[in-house]
Amino acid sequence: MEHILSILIFFPALAATVGFVVDKNSIRAYALTVTAIEFVLSLVLWYGFDTQNPLMQFTEFFPLIASYGISYSVGVDGISLFLVIMTTLMTMIAVIGLSEKRDLKHLLITVLYLEMTMVAVFLVLDAIIFYTFWELSLVPMFYIVGAWGGKLRIYSTLKFFLYTFTGSLIMLVGMLYLGYVYFQTTGHWSFNLQDWYMLQLPFSMQLWLFAAFFFGFAIKVPMFPFHTWLPYAHGQAPTIGSVILAAVLLKMGTYGFIRFSLPLFPDASVHFTYPMAILALIAIVYTAMVAYAQEDMKQVIAYSSVSHMGVIILGTFALNVEGIGGSVFLMISHGIVSGALFMLVGMIYERRHTKMIKDFGGLAVSMPKFATIFAVMLMASVGLPLTIGFVGEFLSLLGFFRVSPILTVIAGLTIIFGAVYMLVMYKKSFFGPCDNPENQKLEDIKGREMVALIPLVALVIILGIYPKVILAPLDSTVSHLIETMHTKAISPATKARILELNSIGEVKK
Amino acid sequence: MIPVISVDFMELNFQTLAPMIVALLGALIIICIDLANKHLDKSLYIMLTVVFLSIDIALVYGFSGAVRGFFDIMLVDGISILAQLTLLILSIAFVLLAFGKQKLQEYRYPEYFALYLFAVAGFQFMVSSDSLIMIFVGLETSSIAIYTMVAMHNRMKTIEAAIKYFTMGALATAFFTFGAMIFYAVTGTVELGKVSEILVTSDFNNYALILMGITFMLGALGFKLSLVPFHSWVPDVYEGSTAAFAGFLAVVPKIAAFVVVLRIFEIFVSAEDTYVQTALYIIAVVTMTMGNLMALSQTDIKRMLAFSSISHAGFVLCAILIGTTQATIGIFVYWILFAIANLGAFGILWINRNKNSSVNGQSPNSIHAYAGLVKKSPLLAAIMAMFMLSLAGVPPFSVFWGKLYLIGAAVNADHLSFNMYLALIMALNSAIAVYYYVKPVVYMFFKEGAEVQDEVILSNSTTMLKTLLGIFAILSIGSIFLVEPLIELISYYVQISGY
Repeated sequence: MEHILSILIFFPALAATVGFVVDKNSIRAYALTVTAIEFVLSLVLWYGFDTQNPLMQFTEFFPLIASYGISYSVGVDGISLFLVIMTTLMTMIAVIGLSEKRDLKHLLITVLYLEMTMVAVFLVLDAIIFYTFWELSLVPMFYIVGAWGGKLRIYSTLKFFLYTFTGSLIMLVGMLYLGYVYFQTTGHWSFNLQDWYMLQLPFSMQLWLFAAFFFGFAIKVPMFPFHTWLPYAHGQAPTIGSVILAAVLLKMGTYGFIRFSLPLFPDASVHFTYPMAILALIAIVYTAMVAYAQEDMKQVIAYSSVSHMGVIILGTFALNVEGIGGSVFLMISHGIVSGALFMLVGMIYERRHTKMIKDFGGLAVSMPKFATIFAVMLMASVGLPLTIGFVGEFLSLLGFFRVSPILTVIAGLTIIFGAVYMLVMYKKSFFGPCDNPENQKLEDIKGREMVALIPLVALVIILGIYPKVILAPLDSTVSHLIETMHTKAISPATKARILELNSIGEVKK
Repeated sequence: MIPVISVDFMELNFQTLAPMIVALLGALIIICIDLANKHLDKSLYIMLTVVFLSIDIALVYGFSGAVRGFFDIMLVDGISILAQLTLLILSIAFVLLAFGKQKLQEYRYPEYFALYLFAVAGFQFMVSSDSLIMIFVGLETSSIAIYTMVAMHNRMKTIEAAIKYFTMGALATAFFTFGAMIFYAVTGTVELGKVSEILVTSDFNNYALILMGITFMLGALGFKLSLVPFHSWVPDVYEGSTAAFAGFLAVVPKIAAFVVVLRIFEIFVSAEDTYVQTALYIIAVVTMTMGNLMALSQTDIKRMLAFSSISHAGFVLCAILIGTTQATIGIFVYWILFAIANLGAFGILWINRNKNSSVNGQSPNSIHAYAGLVKKSPLLAAIMAMFMLSLAGVPPFSVFWGKLYLIGAAVNADHLSFNMYLALIMALNSAIAVYYYVKPVVYMFFKEGAEVQDEVILSNSTTMLKTLLGIFAILSIGSIFLVEPLIELISYYVQISGY
């Protein structure tokens, strides 16, 4: 268990590099084995993880550019642990469900490189190396969307690349400045997050740095008004691209907020609670309406992703254990559910070569199993109690209720709006008469597709009924995070506010 | 009656001059060999050039004498050693590119390699002196050699390129002489060390004249560094010369020019002269931005690289404006890492060089000629894409670390009031640059290829070129492990010379 994190990060990359010599007819089995081993490794990590310990575990440290304080430093805590497991799981499932035929070898090797960058983003604790993997993850995605995408693929992939790259560069300036502040305060260079957590920054500096990091993270999430790249990228990406984009890449942004913005700039986080919440609310309500107006199934799910990411942001900026814990749980559940939904749409697209809702109708007759699984995922996405989607959404909203009941009520509309657009889509495409002859002869899902989907259905239900598996380890990490924020905050008002926000269910003294 | 001066040979400090003499002697030997036998292959001359440059490197690296030599005309300080080492190593890499399969006009003349050595010696003189006269001599030696080398490539566009380069260069030379003259008029000396001393003690007396001198110098060196608005020659000259030589032009002369700029402008930057700071600030920002904007619309990869090299020069100019030790270290870190990627990018164009001036109506360097390359040669496409992403500043490839270091230097320079704006402008310019660097990648990977490619791809490749490109690809990918030793070495040399 000494170097398990480094193994987790570099094993897929090594396997991808070696994979160039594997014959292209056998590459699928190779990629499947690699992703499965990676998933098992992440489970081993969970097994060895001490859930009581809120600090970083399995840390490794190796100086890279010592004179400028840049080092390879990794560690895992409750938040990143489950995101890593979700990443490796969804990559494996995406590879199982893969149906692409063109240039399969290039695609799978790219996916393996992408897996390295995704896992690394969640595990790396050095800001510059974090940034390195964060940017590097764009390149495989750029290739996947650009080479295997739909008609507008080049436009979409460039938009995706330029948008996220620009935002990240502003974040880089912020990181370099923070490194400099650390140097001024302590006399030596460090970009290590754990060192940075010791810094107490003046309020005005926090505001500027929060803004700089905000651009990097908000574009990735994506938050309104920076969300316009996402529908294009999702609309044009091949199924495996959409699955990974929705399940993992978007979570990098919200993870960034939790890992960087909250503990580094506690006063600014409190100060910006309402602006962030309003942006999140606009995303929730506005994109839900846009989703309702879509005629393309994939676009509906893409916009619903933006809407759900809004709820995650809302939970994060509730700044209490319930809200942050809920938002991390929602990240995981949204990863599983939206990944599954994109995969389902991919399966139907492969059979009918259309994603338009109007071309379907009565699919439940010809494809009962498909319709059932779709229904389960849809209910989870809407947030039906006893599914995985409910837990995160409920906790996020509960957390934010403490901040502002009115805003929470508006945000609660997400459940209603979500139900409206999802169920309407479901009604139009799965119910009603199956009068299109092409739809009548559709083959139900089977074999490989079942293998990919059944574990996700199982997870949706198991974690919906018993979320404590994840919530309990999260709890100690999130409490520690809030303690850090509390001790680091410089103004007494912030300290009081954080304490006040964290008093749900406590007896009034 | 002129008094007899007796000079001890030891006092001359011959070591300061020895490296340049090796290069110059090497050039003469090459010409002599050609006189004796006219039928020798170019590989002999290439390897002779490499040998002489290697001896040159050894002498520079082993240099351990007094800093001054030849009546204080030579100044071999840390910066000089560092710049000489960098430009010598890069010169070796670029001359090795001449090992192409195709027979080119200029490589049939051994004079080409002699001129190459003359040019390198000229650069060495430029960086190893703080006497404006000596700098001028070095500048002219190298420039005249380079004008001729551009003209030796016998293509239609070459003559245009050479004439343009020469006329503009002549103007720049005139500017330099005028600038030097004004400095002499104001201070009574041509040695920059003393100029600085006199200017500071006289509290910049005659300020209007000094400003005029600075303006002339900025014009002259701006031409050499291809700063906007002195950049108009760049795309035509690059287009007119071979990819191998264009790559050389984009990297090596600018090292020498940057050192001269550093020596001259350091006087004013460290005195926090507002005029000079503003001028440099505007020129740096405009150069970065205009270079990028003009590169956006190019469809010829070589022209695109030409415009982008303008932008990179602007980026490094920011370091001179910042003027801290970290920034000075950053100049070299950035330029070495940039040179790795740039050599790779031009090397790829060079390895695919086609004799025909057009392939199906497209220039062989056109972006369209690269469409669908990934189908034909995945490895070549991947390496080229890597070099493009590297130049764009995508981590973890080489240029990113240079950018990181320079933006970091800008952020840390809190003695300047505008440092954060500068850092943000530098960062946003990198974002603009991504678009045009990614464009060839889009063509190579996402577009359908044309049939003509088979005759274009690797039509100039030899094992030597492939090995060279392979080495540079590895250096670029693994550059994260290169940065720390580089910074250590560079900061040692920079600090011993007190910048």
